[in-house]
Amino acid sequence: MKLLLENAHIEGIRYFEAYRKNGGYRSVEKALKMTPDEIVEEVKKSGLRGRGGAGFPTGLKWSFLAKPEGVPRHLVCNADESEPGTFKDRYLMEFLPHLLIEGLIVSSFALGSNATYIYIRGEYAWIPDILEQAIQEAKNNGFLGKNILGTGFDLEIYVHRGAGAYICGEETALIESLEGKRGNPRIKPPFPAVQGVWMRPTVVNNVETLATIVPIINMGGEAYGNIGVGKSTGTKLISACGNLNKPGVYEIPFDLSVEDFIYSDEWCGGIPNGKRLKACIPGGSSVPIVPANLLLKTAKGETRYMNYESLSDGGFQTGTMLGSGGFIVLDEDQCVVKHTMTLAHFYMHESCGQCSPCREGTGWMWRILKNIENGKGKMEDIDLLWDVQRRIEGNTICPLGDAAAWPVAAAIRHFRDEFEWHVLNPEEAQQRNYGIAHYADPREVPVA
Amino acid sequence: MAEQPLFKVTIDNVTVEVPAGTTILQAARKAGPEVAPPAMCYYSKLEGSGGKCRTCLVEVSKGSDRDPRPMPKLVASCRTTVMDGMEVKNLTSERVVDARKGVVEFLLINHPLDCPICDQAGECHLQDLSYNHGASGTRYEFQRRTFEKHSLGDKIQLHMTRCILCYRCVMVADQLTGQREHGVLERGERAEISDYLEKSLDKEFIGNVIDVCPVGALTDKTFRFKNRVWFLKPLNAHRDCPTCSGKVTLWNRGDEVFRVTARKDQWGEVEDWICNECRFDKKKTSDWVIEGPREISRHSVISQNKYIGMVKPKETIDEVIGKEPRLFLDIHDVSQVNEKDRDLSLIEGPAHSTDFKEKDEKKQ
Repeated sequence: MKLLLENAHIEGIRYFEAYRKNGGYRSVEKALKMTPDEIVEEVKKSGLRGRGGAGFPTGLKWSFLAKPEGVPRHLVCNADESEPGTFKDRYLMEFLPHLLIEGLIVSSFALGSNATYIYIRGEYAWIPDILEQAIQEAKNNGFLGKNILGTGFDLEIYVHRGAGAYICGEETALIESLEGKRGNPRIKPPFPAVQGVWMRPTVVNNVETLATIVPIINMGGEAYGNIGVGKSTGTKLISACGNLNKPGVYEIPFDLSVEDFIYSDEWCGGIPNGKRLKACIPGGSSVPIVPANLLLKTAKGETRYMNYESLSDGGFQTGTMLGSGGFIVLDEDQCVVKHTMTLAHFYMHESCGQCSPCREGTGWMWRILKNIENGKGKMEDIDLLWDVQRRIEGNTICPLGDAAAWPVAAAIRHFRDEFEWHVLNPEEAQQRNYGIAHYADPREVPVA
Repeated sequence: MAEQPLFKVTIDNVTVEVPAGTTILQAARKAGPEVAPPAMCYYSKLEGSGGKCRTCLVEVSKGSDRDPRPMPKLVASCRTTVMDGMEVKNLTSERVVDARKGVVEFLLINHPLDCPICDQAGECHLQDLSYNHGASGTRYEFQRRTFEKHSLGDKIQLHMTRCILCYRCVMVADQLTGQREHGVLERGERAEISDYLEKSLDKEFIGNVIDVCPVGALTDKTFRFKNRVWFLKPLNAHRDCPTCSGKVTLWNRGDEVFRVTARKDQWGEVEDWICNECRFDKKKTSDWVIEGPREISRHSVISQNKYIGMVKPKETIDEVIGKEPRLFLDIHDVSQVNEKDRDLSLIEGPAHSTDFKEKDEKKQ
C-alpha cells in the first residue's frame, strides 16, 4: 500500500498541472474548512511518529506549541537530510515537490504559521530550484500567498539553503543557522516549541513527516491510524543501500519482515554476487549496527519486522532502531572495523565543537580506530574505545554525541572478535577480511 | 513586583531555599563551596553562557515534589533551573564523578600542559579542575592538536592551543563592547577563536576577555612572562576612572605594579568590569589609592597550602637520567613570600621585602 509514492511514477507529477489532476491539493481544500485544532486532533488520532529519526509522536509535538498572544509562530521543515545512508527526503522533494508544499500548507494552517521555512542542506544543490518552482506554481494557482482559497489565511514558504553541515539537522542548530548564526545547537530547555526561530514558538518537522500530513487529512486520522502495526502507523520510506541487488527508496508497510525486505524480489532482491549477509544498520549511520543473526530474528527467536517496536526489541543489547530509515547492508566481504572507522571520521568531521566530550572524544575514537584498522592497535585500545564512547554518550548538549558513540559501542558489542583479530593479526588484517563469522546469515544465495 | 516563591533544593544532602528560576549551580554555590560543581564555561555575569564544557554535570535523583521522577540523563547544572523539592547529587553520585573525570580527560587530551611556561599557572581553572577531579596520567597517545600563536592587537595575546572553547570571551565582546571583532571559526576539534581578518581587539572593555578566560589562552601582553602570579601580592585599589568603576586588584611586588585585573569573587568571577585604560596603562602605584591586601580564596596555588598533603605524582626524571635531578631553584628557599606559614593577608599595605625580613627577625 502506497500513501506517499502512489503517484510518483506519473509523468510530469513534479509540475502543478499533473499533480492537481491526480488529486493534488485536495487536503488543502478540506483542511482549510476545518479549525486548526481539529487538524491537530486528526494528526494525533493518526498516531504519526516523526520520520526524522527519533520517532516522537507528531500530534503531541504540535500540541506542545506555545501560543502567546500577538507573537508569530513558525513551522520549519527540516530538509537537512545528512545522515549517511538516508536519502528518502531527497527522492520525495525531487519527484513530488508539490506533496511537500501541500503538507506544509496544511500544517502551517494547523499551527498558525504565516511564514514557513524549508531548511535544505547545501549539498542538495539542484533541489531548491525544484521547490521554488513548485512554490511559484502553487502561488499562481492561489494555494499560497495572501488569502488562500478565500479563507483569509496567508502563507509564504521560503527555501533556505544550508552550507553543508550535518549538525544543522539538529533542530536547534538548524534554527541558529536559519537565523544566520553559527550552527551550534542550543541548550535545552527552552525547547523550540516555546522559543525557536527568533525566539518565537516553532515546530521543526522532517520532510517525510510533513508530506504524510496529506494522506492523513485526505483519509482521516483514524483510517490512517488503522494502517500499520501497534504504535507504528501508516507507511515509511526506507532508503536502502549497500550490498543489495536493488538499492533505492521504498515505501514499506510496517508489517514487512526484515528478511522479506532484504531478500524478496519485490523489494531489495537479496545480496549480489552470491555473498552472505553479515550485518546491517537499519536506520541511518547513527543507530547501532546489528549482526545478521540478530537482524532477521530477535534475541527471543521471533521474526523481526520493519517497524519501530520490532527493530528496537531487546534494547541496545540485541536490538537497534528504525531511525530515519537509512538501511545500510553489509555483506561478508565488508570489514566492520573499517566501516566503524569511516563513521567515526564522519562524526569527528561534523562535530560542531561546542561541548567538550563530543569535540575531543570523536577525534580520539577515530584515531584509535585508525590504529586498530591499520594494524597498530593494542588489546587495551578496544577497552579504551569502549570507555571513551561510554563517557561521550548522554553527556553532550545535542544527540550528535550519542550518534557518534552508538555505532562504536554496537560494533564492539557485537563484533569484538573482529577487533581482536585485527590486533592479533595486524599484517593479515591489512591483506584480507575477517571472513565468515558465526553471526552471518548462513543461507547460500545462487549467483545470478 | 510579585513576590517570587522560594524553592527548597537539596544538593548532596545540604538543603537551601532559593527563588524560582535559580539554576542548580547557583543554588549549590549558595549551599557552599563543598557542594558547588566546578564550572569552566558558565559565567553568571554573561548572559547565555554555560552548558558547553559539561564539567558541572549533576544527577537529579528527584525531579520535584510534584513529579519525583529522577532525570534519566546527567544535566548541566548551570543551565537547569531548580524545582521545588528537587534532590541533586553532585559528589555523592558515582555517575557524576565518573562523567566529570571523563570530561576533564577530554579537556586535557589536546591541552599542551605547558603550565611551567604559562602565565595563567597558579590561577588557572583548568589546573584546579584537573587537581580536584582528574586523573594523574593520560591515556591519549596521539599527537596533540596545536595552533599558531596569534596576536589580537597590541595588548592581548591569543594562545589557541590552550583554549577550551568556553565562548566566554565571545560573549564578553558581544555584551560588553560596542562591536565584536572575534569569534569561533571552523568546527569540531579544529574549531578556534580568531579575529575577523586580522582586526585587532581594541574596543573599550575588551581587556576583560583576559579576566574571563579560564585558561591561559588569552593573556595580558603588558604582563606576559614578567612574573609568576604567586610571587605577587594582590591588593585592592581604586582610582577615579571616568569610564569604569575603577575598582581593581593590583598585583604588586614591592612598590612595583606588575599587572592590574578586575576584582574576582570566590568563584573566580569578575565583580566589576574594568576598562582598558585601568588595566593596561595605569601601572604606577601613584595612579591608585590602595585599600589593603586582597584575599584570594579560590582554590589555587595563590591561596597557599591548598594542595599540601596531596600525593605527588611519581617523578620520572631520575629514572630517565639515572640520578637525582639537581634542583635549580626551590621556591621555598628563595622566596619568603611563598613560605608555608606566611599569611599574606596579615601584612598591611603593599608587601615589601622588609616586611619579610622584619617578621623573620621577630620570629628569631
